[in-house]
Amino acid sequence: MTDSETFSVVLFSGTDDKLQAAATLSVGAAVMGRPVQVFLQYWALDAFRADRITKDHGVAPEAGPEGAAALASHNGAHWSELFRQAADVGEVHIHACADSMELLHITKDDLDPLVEGIWGVASFFGAADGPVTFI
Amino acid sequence: METTDITRSIDARGMPCPGPLMSLIGAIREGTVGDMIEVLSSDEGSKTDIPAWVAKAGHELVEVADDDGYSHFVIRKVR
Repeated sequence: MTDSETFSVVLFSGTDDKLQAAATLSVGAAVMGRPVQVFLQYWALDAFRADRITKDHGVAPEAGPEGAAALASHNGAHWSELFRQAADVGEVHIHACADSMELLHITKDDLDPLVEGIWGVASFFGAADGPVTFI
Repeated sequence: METTDITRSIDARGMPCPGPLMSLIGAIREGTVGDMIEVLSSDEGSKTDIPAWVAKAGHELVEVADDDGYSHFVIRKVR
């Protein structure tokens, strides 16, 4: 079921609320047959480190204490699990930005296996057809 | 719909989006053609997502009904 436009998303923010939203969008796109291309930069890439992927990454400041509590009590699957489910049912590719890898002084071995590989920006745009979403 | 027609029943009430849909997809993948899968969901998103996915994936939505605080779907695995 890959007969429609790719959902291409750049993840920059590493807070759990934004990653949860991005993972939910990715699941939706994947189940509806759209290929998904995820490109990880900066703090989102940091959140995909194998040793901390399920740790608390906080929430965006706009959440406030009430929003943080709401997310903490949300009983849905963790965003990393949602990305795994998306990859299981559809075509989902997750790559790390080479420049951000250097910035964080990490290598592929530091990342969760959800991350397929390391790409430069041009490679991402080579794979991302259509509009690009930035979260 | 007789209860005996149901091959598998999934009680996804209390599970947030996209949990009920993912449970349905899992059951469809594990099942065989002709299976009748029942899903109970209290997630509002399911009301649009389950019909949308069933249509896209080429299965059949046999029954949709609203009950007290949740929706009831029956899906036939077509392929």
